[in-house]
Amino acid sequence: MSLAEFTDQWLSAIAPQISEGSGWLTDLRQGAVEQFATLGLPHARLENWKYTDVKALAKRQFSLPNGQADAVTLIKESSLGLDGIRLVFVDGIFSEQASTLNSLPQGVQVLPLAKNANAAKPLLGQVAAANFSGFTALNLAGWQDGVLIDLAANARLEQPVYLQFVATEQENPVLVQPRILIKAGTYAEATVVEHYAGADDAASLTNAVTEVELADGANITHYKLQQESSKQYHIASMHVQQQRDSRFTSHNVCLGGKLARQDIQVELNGEGAEVNLNGLYLGNARQHLDNHTLVNHNAPHTNSHEDYKGILNDRSRGVFNGRAVVHKNAQKIEAHQSNANLLLSDKAEIDTKPELEIYADDVKCSHGSTTGQLDENALFALRSRGLGEEMARGLLTLAFANEVIDRIEIPAVHDRIEDAVAGRLPEKFNLKGLV
Amino acid sequence: MANQEMEQLVRREYKQGFVTDIESDTVLPGLNEDVIRFISAKKEEPQWMLDWRLAAFEQWKEMTEPEWAHVNYPTIDFQAISFYSAPKSSDDRPKSLDEVDPKLLETYEKLGIPLHERAALAGVAMDMVFDSVSVTTTFKKQLGEAGVIFCSISEAIREYPELIKQYLGSVVPVMDNYYAALNAAVFSDGSFVFVPKGVTCPMELSTYFRINAENTGQFERTLIICEEDAQVSYLEGCTAPMRDENQLHAAVVELVALENANIKYSTVQNWYPGDEEGKGGIYNFVTKRGECRGDNSKISWTQVETGSAVTWKYPSCVLKGKNSVGEFYSVAVTNNMQQADTGTKMIHIGEGSRSTIISKGISAGRSDQSYRGLVKILPGAKGARNFTQCDSLLIGDQCGAHTFPYQEISNSTAQVEHEATTSKIGEDQLFYCRQRGISEEDAVNMIVNGFCKDVFKELPMEFAVEAEALLNVSLEGAVG
Repeated sequence: MSLAEFTDQWLSAIAPQISEGSGWLTDLRQGAVEQFATLGLPHARLENWKYTDVKALAKRQFSLPNGQADAVTLIKESSLGLDGIRLVFVDGIFSEQASTLNSLPQGVQVLPLAKNANAAKPLLGQVAAANFSGFTALNLAGWQDGVLIDLAANARLEQPVYLQFVATEQENPVLVQPRILIKAGTYAEATVVEHYAGADDAASLTNAVTEVELADGANITHYKLQQESSKQYHIASMHVQQQRDSRFTSHNVCLGGKLARQDIQVELNGEGAEVNLNGLYLGNARQHLDNHTLVNHNAPHTNSHEDYKGILNDRSRGVFNGRAVVHKNAQKIEAHQSNANLLLSDKAEIDTKPELEIYADDVKCSHGSTTGQLDENALFALRSRGLGEEMARGLLTLAFANEVIDRIEIPAVHDRIEDAVAGRLPEKFNLKGLV
Repeated sequence: MANQEMEQLVRREYKQGFVTDIESDTVLPGLNEDVIRFISAKKEEPQWMLDWRLAAFEQWKEMTEPEWAHVNYPTIDFQAISFYSAPKSSDDRPKSLDEVDPKLLETYEKLGIPLHERAALAGVAMDMVFDSVSVTTTFKKQLGEAGVIFCSISEAIREYPELIKQYLGSVVPVMDNYYAALNAAVFSDGSFVFVPKGVTCPMELSTYFRINAENTGQFERTLIICEEDAQVSYLEGCTAPMRDENQLHAAVVELVALENANIKYSTVQNWYPGDEEGKGGIYNFVTKRGECRGDNSKISWTQVETGSAVTWKYPSCVLKGKNSVGEFYSVAVTNNMQQADTGTKMIHIGEGSRSTIISKGISAGRSDQSYRGLVKILPGAKGARNFTQCDSLLIGDQCGAHTFPYQEISNSTAQVEHEATTSKIGEDQLFYCRQRGISEEDAVNMIVNGFCKDVFKELPMEFAVEAEALLNVSLEGAVG
């Protein structure tokens, strides 16, 4: 199918979303439709998509979700157990019944997006440029639902906001397009957990966009746990804008999906702004997991730290691209990047590229990336204490992942993720009951 | 350090800027089949060579210029370039230095490197490429006794057609990239080295490339073959006269190392970088690649890049043989408006192949410099090992330093490490030197030279001295 035909097909799939809503929203969506028509789907000739081929998507027929599927068991089983402020989305559509939204402190609004689109007018599409990629344009054109988290100045949320997205098995694969908007006023603080899970045979395409705006001194911690089914495609991009002295922390754990691509773009626009990017990807079977991060140091005295780790087994393929750009006159910068990978099989592959682009001189920037094996000395130490070779390898592999997992501050999320990671390591490691 | 001082030093003039007025046998600007036929005829090449060139030209016409590099320059008008220039006196080649055109000798005198003296003292044979034709070859006899062939590529095409047919274009295929195809079509001259089985080349081989006639692109083609258990060290150094118009330089270098062979290729590149505003200067689009075909073979690239307005250069190693070794040591200095996008590619195919990449970049003025490297481990490269370190030093707040390291790894027993840092010269280091009575200039010098030491120690002695001096002139005191 030609790209033109394909575009037409997708545009007709999202047409209902474009026509609904008020005037400004229709205009916004219409503009994004035009952007998508120009951009099309990303292709391998684009440097940013060199290693990730989404051509397979062009051959698929997608329909739109109705959110009516019965997902009670799925919701229950996949839940991370964060019940205070919990919004559940079935195939991307908000389920009021399954959600709990009690006791929000003053100055905090957590609103399902479809019904409250007008409240999102000042933020929607402001942080995530529609032309970031074809997928971003497509989401802006046809997002179905999502959430707006609006924190007034000095508002503080003790409990995390838990966003649970579940994908059900459908006769025709559906195109799910959530939009998540987080706006933090000066010195506001919150934690948001974005969680994606799918039924075993769910085969949908998730195309999510998250926009985060941090005013002076705001502090946002964002967790993303992606556990979709091995038949799902997961494309997501998160765009963050930070003002003076704000702090943003991202924990990005990517376990599921047939093909998963996560983009994170951070703009450090005010002095003293700091971002921490923490990530883990674990591939099995024929999974393709791609993480692209971009940090723009636009102001002096801004810091970024990035640590991504990957474990790749079977025939899986991992892609990592970390890019830090220090713009002109942005002096006194610290930017550090690290990417470490473990290949557990000879058929697995990792393509990694930590990039630095620097146009200022008073900077301390470094990046490192390694791909290799477990430390033979550590292995020997464990074996000398009577552990079998496979189990010793398993423990060390898990310990490698734990360097990322241990930074997760919510105990419930930490344990769930550790379990999930242990559960996805090769069975021969025999870690059951140990974690 | 005072800004003025910095500016003063950064603004140093190009010392090697001069034009020797020798009548050149230059073809009119433009590129078409006739030009290629002319070049081929001029070189008295056999028909198969001409066919090879014409085929390359056909392919080149279908290709487009690469745009992915982090450099900006005006579009090159290939019809405005003259593709061949040779000193007039090329027909009756001199047999010894005495017969060399005195004006040529004068040129080398101006460079401060009297050929005879240097050759005698250092025991170096030099195959001088003055513009496009090899003017003289010394020490040929001594090399001949050892069985080493060292001559111009034109001569090799005539004298050793079998070797040329077997190896030319086997490492860098004609279709490899836009500039490689262009080079294949119009290459004017270059060097050919053949070291037979078991021979260790008795001296270091060196060639001086110079670009002389105005408006002529220089398209060298170098081919070095090292048979089983053979060894050679090849040095290449360049300076060019001051010019106003950009000159295109698109060379191709191919190295072949068979079993247990060892090739060391060193370059000092100091072509005219253009003036402070970026006017003039050489465009340097080079394809260099070596193939370790045999087990335990080794190819080592060392480069010191201080010249050229735009550099686009990635000396690479294809490590096919078991336990073969690839090395890349590079110091690149950019100043004023210079742009450099350089790095290396290490393709690991053979079991136990190892590679080391050490790249030191120093950017000053308003220059832009990128390290772009690829480490690729194929599924069969069991136990492959790579270590990469690329450090950048920034001098002044108007320059840029970038790193784009690609790593593609598909073997679980491979071990690949990459680390990179970018920073400016440490204030504390400067202070430490200053308080011991070392002038600021000398201190910066010391620090920069220390920064590059890992690379300089890989250079042959004579070159290391030259490189250090070159770096000092380029950067002394450029820190504010």
